[in-house]
Amino acid sequence: MGKETRTVIVAGVGGQGILLASNLLSEAAMEAGYDVKKSEIHGMSQRGGDVISTVRFGEKVYSPIVGLAGADVILAFEKLEAMRNLPYLKKDGTVIVNDYRIDPLPVASGYMDYPEGIIEYLRERVKTISLDARQLAEKAGNIKTMNVVMLGVLSKSLDIPEEIWLRVIERRVPKKAIEANKVAFRLGREVAENAEL
Amino acid sequence: MKKAILSGNEAIARGFWEGGGHFANAYPGTPSTEILESMVQYPEIRAQWAVNEKTSLEIALGASFAGARSLVAMKHVGLNVAADPFFSASYIGATGGLLVVTCDDPGMHSSQNEQDNRWYALHAKVPMFEPTDSHEAKELTRQALSLSEKFDTPWLIRSTTRISHSLSIVELGEREEVEIKGYEPDFEKRNLLPVNARKRHEVVEERTLKLREFAENFWGNRIEEGDPSIGIVANGISYQHAKEVFPEATFLKLLMTWPLPDELIREFASKVKKIFVVEEGDPYLETYLRAMNLGVEIIGKEKIPMTGELNPTIVREALTGEKPSYFEIPKIPHRPPALCPGCPHTPVFYILKRLKANVTGDIGCYTLGALPPLSAMDTCVEMGGSVGNAYGIEIAEAMRGLDPRKKKLVAVIGDSTFYHSGVTPLIDLFYNNGITTVIILDNSITAMTGHQENPGSGVTLKGVPGRRVDLEKLVRGIGVEHVYTVDSFDMKTLKEVINREIHRNEPSVIIAKRPCVLLPQMKKRKYTYAIADPEKCTSCTLCWKLGCPAISVTKDKKTWINPDLCVGCEVCIDVCPVDAIYLADPNADNARKAGEEVLGWVKKQEQ
Ligand SMILES: Cc1ncc(C[n+]2csc(CCOP(=O)(O)OP(=O)(O)O)c2C)c(N)n1
Ligand code: SF4
Ligand code: SF4
Repeated sequence: MGKETRTVIVAGVGGQGILLASNLLSEAAMEAGYDVKKSEIHGMSQRGGDVISTVRFGEKVYSPIVGLAGADVILAFEKLEAMRNLPYLKKDGTVIVNDYRIDPLPVASGYMDYPEGIIEYLRERVKTISLDARQLAEKAGNIKTMNVVMLGVLSKSLDIPEEIWLRVIERRVPKKAIEANKVAFRLGREVAENAEL
Repeated sequence: MKKAILSGNEAIARGFWEGGGHFANAYPGTPSTEILESMVQYPEIRAQWAVNEKTSLEIALGASFAGARSLVAMKHVGLNVAADPFFSASYIGATGGLLVVTCDDPGMHSSQNEQDNRWYALHAKVPMFEPTDSHEAKELTRQALSLSEKFDTPWLIRSTTRISHSLSIVELGEREEVEIKGYEPDFEKRNLLPVNARKRHEVVEERTLKLREFAENFWGNRIEEGDPSIGIVANGISYQHAKEVFPEATFLKLLMTWPLPDELIREFASKVKKIFVVEEGDPYLETYLRAMNLGVEIIGKEKIPMTGELNPTIVREALTGEKPSYFEIPKIPHRPPALCPGCPHTPVFYILKRLKANVTGDIGCYTLGALPPLSAMDTCVEMGGSVGNAYGIEIAEAMRGLDPRKKKLVAVIGDSTFYHSGVTPLIDLFYNNGITTVIILDNSITAMTGHQENPGSGVTLKGVPGRRVDLEKLVRGIGVEHVYTVDSFDMKTLKEVINREIHRNEPSVIIAKRPCVLLPQMKKRKYTYAIADPEKCTSCTLCWKLGCPAISVTKDKKTWINPDLCVGCEVCIDVCPVDAIYLADPNADNARKAGEEVLGWVKKQEQ
């Protein structure tokens, strides 16, 4: 078990299942014997604003949040949100990004343009794993499992055994959706296994 | 030992339960809301929503009179509303343990200011605890209940967003059962006539001396020995940030931050070469330490920012000058929250904008009507402010010798906000011959803070039916004659009524009624969606101005509706002058029909 505290920022848009994902991550880390803290800002999440949840775990965790250049991983459910949070990533950190676009209001109503080439922008600067989590979730048989696909990718780079992840998923997701979520998790994990970093 | 990962708010609720708490009362407010929501799981606790923070504390104080262990929770600005009973409660004391939980919001994630409520403890002479994580939040709440009784004082628990909304591991304990003693009058203690209050003030000062002594030996105030070259004094979440950056330093950790332990502070100062005071917000601890003349260099707000939240990086940079090396990114579109697709508030603001009205606003989801493209609200001050603000403008305009109706003044206020503090300014306006129009946006819920029941919902926090306040009767009861309840989606009628009433030389109230689309009974359903025909769309921009998140503009400037987001409320269909928008399946369920069903259900309940 690593002593160093690890920090994951889970970022995306309200309604994408971010808080469930960061809950699963926190529980898995606790079950693996780590001290865990998690902090989130979700005041306006239901109104389509951006949502950030920070999960930190290690032997002993003090602060529940990090500042600039503080996170080891950014797990972004939407690509603009990956870019927005880049300043919070350590220079040698990793971005795991869902290649998925949700137009924010200023873009939808024509005031601003959605930046082109975000994935390339990220790749040029940091270790980036990009995937189409929506498509994989569909393959798993339930579009709502997009967040668990993302966790599957993340799980490969953390020191938490796979059985623990699967146990936590079983405990936390609705009975009907357990199988789909397990498949989603494995599909995500495969992406990480095949990713060239 | 049983362990759980709890948020600070859940931990406070747990601590109240373990400590034998009986009665919990609150008006919602981020980041405090989940404290009461979390109380619902404990059958031994009676938990309910109050109409505002002042009534909430008054009711809890009454319960304490009768010996019930009671708690009120509120966001920081809520304590301004409850300040009057709070100061009196300090003189009166606590028969049943009385806890006041204030959740401050440094960084203003969802608030209109960044006030530091630690000053309230000092000001009202009420002892204060500040947890630094969830476990402490639970323990301090539990212990404060009996301490409140022992010292005969209300007890302030101060949390912040990063305590309330952070999760960490908590060791769970069992509940201590305490009997509710029952009400016994105590005139000298509880009737603050000047003759009694003078004596009570003396009692408060004596109590403070005893509390000072207690603070010296309290387990939560302690020196953590370490490197003597740096001494750090910190409270709340700042303690965790500082510990992260300087794990080796000597710390003075303070969980009880009023009254402060003088002896302990002096002992700490004698052990270190230099003191850093790491605290978010105001120089509360720093001011105190400086006044003590400790003879050691103190570094505080000249380095640590006074505004916003702290985090480890900011603390490190402030105290060591070490700048983080991070990725800078170009300017990208922000992602502001928006009124939901199908929100009943949208048509009201759309019409107000068209009518070029001057709108004073208030606090709730509907404050988002101030953002582009709706841009239909000039002001937002504090809960209940809109009505008085509009009326004040009317007075000043009239004093210039002008007809204030030319200003097309409208106050817009949500139903929950109206119950909270909109009724009294409306009485002011009515009594003093004002004429300003008030629009109450009645979505039958307190939506902004996460859909809490309110006096118009007909359901209580515990999910049992409660009595329902009839808004229209309430307003008529004041004496306002021109009161009109209009369906928010009936844009034609709504426009006529608003336009007529802002030109009326008498006070009027318009109740725009429609359920919030995120009500549980609305959210569960599957809706059809609207489609915009690009052949027919003339790019007139009218529907874009609704600011509905489901509507976007294509590259060739045509309307496109996202079927995943649209709930088929038909508002854009009504706005489109060339019938370019239609429902994918006109026979299927949509948000408009669902809302009508909910309204029908409400009507039945009223009969
Ligand atoms: C004194 C005070 N207490 C609580 C809050 C938190 N708060 C902001 S808006 C709001 C309720 C809004 O409900 P309503 O007026 O019904 O509008 P809606 O959000 O439903 O549109 C609350 C509780 C606050 N800002 N100030
Ligand atoms: S939650 Fe309800 S009131 Fe708030 S924006 Fe959405 S629909 Fe409107
Ligand atoms: S019908 Fe129109 S206004 Fe209503 S949710 Fe759909 S796109 Fe938005």
